[in-house]
Amino acid sequence: MGMRLEVCGVSFFYASRDVLRDVTLEAGAGEVVGILGCNGCGKTTLLKCINATLTPANGCVTVDEEEMTGMSKRDVAKKMGFVTQSTYVTFPFTVYETVMMGRYSRIEAFGAENAGDVDAVHDAMSYAGVLEFKDRVISEMSGGERRRVMIARALAQEPDILLLDEPTLHLDLSHQFDLMELVRRLSRDKGMLAVIVTHDVVLASRYCDRVIMMKEGVVVAAGTGPDVITPNNLKEVFDIEAEVRPDDRFVLDVTIVGRASRHEGKPS
Amino acid sequence: MTWFRSRYFPLEHADSADTRSYHRSRRRRAAAAIAIVVTVLTATFFLTMIVGNFHISPSGVLDILFMGGGSAGDRQVVVDIRLPRVLCSFLVGAALSASGLAMQSLFKNPMASPSVLGISSGAAFGASLAISFGIGGAALGYYAVPAMAFLFCFVTIGAVYLLARTRYGVASLTLLLSGIAVGAFFGGLVSLMQYVANEDVLASIVYWTMGSFNKCGWSAFGMAVVPIVAGALLIASRSRELNLISAGEEQASNMGVDIKSTRTLLFLGTSLCIGGSVAISGTIGFVGLIVPHVFRMLVGPDHKLLMPLCILGGASFMAAVDAVSKAAFAIPIPVGILTCLLGAPFFIYVMKTRRREMWE
Repeated sequence: MGMRLEVCGVSFFYASRDVLRDVTLEAGAGEVVGILGCNGCGKTTLLKCINATLTPANGCVTVDEEEMTGMSKRDVAKKMGFVTQSTYVTFPFTVYETVMMGRYSRIEAFGAENAGDVDAVHDAMSYAGVLEFKDRVISEMSGGERRRVMIARALAQEPDILLLDEPTLHLDLSHQFDLMELVRRLSRDKGMLAVIVTHDVVLASRYCDRVIMMKEGVVVAAGTGPDVITPNNLKEVFDIEAEVRPDDRFVLDVTIVGRASRHEGKPS
Repeated sequence: MTWFRSRYFPLEHADSADTRSYHRSRRRRAAAAIAIVVTVLTATFFLTMIVGNFHISPSGVLDILFMGGGSAGDRQVVVDIRLPRVLCSFLVGAALSASGLAMQSLFKNPMASPSVLGISSGAAFGASLAISFGIGGAALGYYAVPAMAFLFCFVTIGAVYLLARTRYGVASLTLLLSGIAVGAFFGGLVSLMQYVANEDVLASIVYWTMGSFNKCGWSAFGMAVVPIVAGALLIASRSRELNLISAGEEQASNMGVDIKSTRTLLFLGTSLCIGGSVAISGTIGFVGLIVPHVFRMLVGPDHKLLMPLCILGGASFMAAVDAVSKAAFAIPIPVGILTCLLGAPFFIYVMKTRRREMWE
C-alpha cells in the first residue's frame, strides 16, 4: 500500500518554448494532490510526462522507484488511469462498452473478457455512479455524466494512481462538488493517489491534501492547502487579489476579490 | 475475486449478478447476430451458384457440388467458372469491408474507405505496372500482380496518412482531401499507362479500373486467398485496439494501446486485403464504406462483434451484387459500376446524416 510517485527535476520543451523547468514533486497512496496554475503554465504537460505520454528532456518520473519512460504502454496503464479533458467519443459506444475498454491492459493479447473483467467493470461503474446508464450511448449524455463514465473507465484499469485533467471543466456547480467528492472517496476509502490539474482555487482548497502551484512551467509553491493558497501566491500566479481565512467547516475560506493588477490603488 | 475487488471494493459493491447477466445477454445477442450472418452467407452461396447465363437447374447444381454428378459441360460451368467466381467475390467483399472498417475506425471518420481515400487507385496503379510492363514478374512470378498492388497500396496509405497528419492528429477534412489528391495522382498515372499501352494490355487495364469478377477463375482465387486471409486475420486481431482507437487516440494510448505498432499492423493488413482484391477484381468502390456502415447502424460500434459481421456480411454482399450485375441486365456489366451507382448516393446519405462525426 505504500505506493509512491516521484517526479524529480522534470523539464520538457516543445520546439522552441520551455514548458516545464525542473519540476519536482512526491506523493503517496491515499493523497489528493492538486496542481494549480493558469492556462498554459504546463499543468497538462506535467500530467503527460507523469504517464509517459511525453518523455521529459531531463529528470525522471518513478512509481515505487520504477522508471515510467521505457515501460510499455500496457504496464503504464495498469499503474495509472488518465481522465483527459476531452470526453468526446466519435462512434456511438454505450457506457458499458466504454467502461469495458478500460480493461484493455488487463486482458491478454488474444484473451476474452472473463467474469473478473465483468466484475471490475461493474464495480467501477457502481463507484462512479453510472451503473444505471450502462445501455446508454455516450454521445447522448450530459457533460457531467460523461465525465463520470470516463472516470469509471479509468477505474476499470485498476490503477494505483488516477490523473485527472481539469475534471470539473464545463460542469455546473453541484456536479463539480459531486465529482470532487467522488475523487476524495477514492483516495480515502481505496488508498488511490489522485493528481488533479485544475485552475479552480476554491475546489483545490477544499479537496486537495497537497497543492502545487505552477507558473510558466516552474513550481512556485508546494505544500498543504493553507501553506500554498495564500494571498501572495494567488497574486503571483493568477494575478488575483484574494482573501484567505482559516475555516472550521472546510479548512480554508477563499474569497476572490478581483484582478490584482487592475485593482491596485482602487477601493473595492 | 480480482485484486481490485478485494482491495478497492468492500462487499456492498460485490453484487454484480445483474451486470454479469447483462454481459451474458450481450454475448447471446452477438452470437445470434453472427449466426444470422452465417446463414445469409450460406444462402447467398447457393443462390449465386445457381445464377448464371448458362441455365443449370438448382438441383443440378447441388448434384454437381455434393454428389459429383452432372454432365462434363455442366460440371465445367459450375466447378471451374461459378465456384471460383463466387469464392473470389466472397474474398474481395470480406477484404474490402474489413479494411473499410479498419480505416473508418483508425481515422475516426465514418466516410473513410479504401476507394474514398485513394488507396484502391494506388493499388490499381501497382497492379497495372505489373500487367503492362511485367514489373516485378521476374522476382515474384505468379504473385507479381497482387504483390505490386500490395506494395503500392501500402505506399498510398502511408502517403495519405502523412499528408493528412498534423501535430493535433488526423483531421477529417484534410484526410478526405489528401485521399482525393493522392487518388487523382494515381488515377492519372493509370490513365497515362492506358494511353501508352498496346491494345491487349489496354483492355486488361480498363477491366482493372472498372472492377469485375469476369476473369476470376481458380488461378485468381489462388492468387488472392493467401494475402486476403492473412490481411483479414491481421485486421480482425486488432478489434479491441480498434475499439479504443475509434473512441480517441490519446485516450487509447492512456489505456495501454501501442498506437504506432497498431497503426502499422492495420496499414499492413489493409494493404494485404486491398492488394489481393485489386489484383483479381480491380477497383470495386464503396463496398468498404457501405458494409461497415450498415452493420454499425444495426449492432453498434463494438468491433469485437462488428468485425466478424463485416467480414461475413461483406462477403455475401459482394457475391449478391456480383450475381445481380451478371444476371439482372441484358448484358453482364462490371460489378464495380454497380457498386459505384449504389455507393455514391450512399456516400451522400452518410455525409448528410453523419455531419457531426465527419467534421469534428
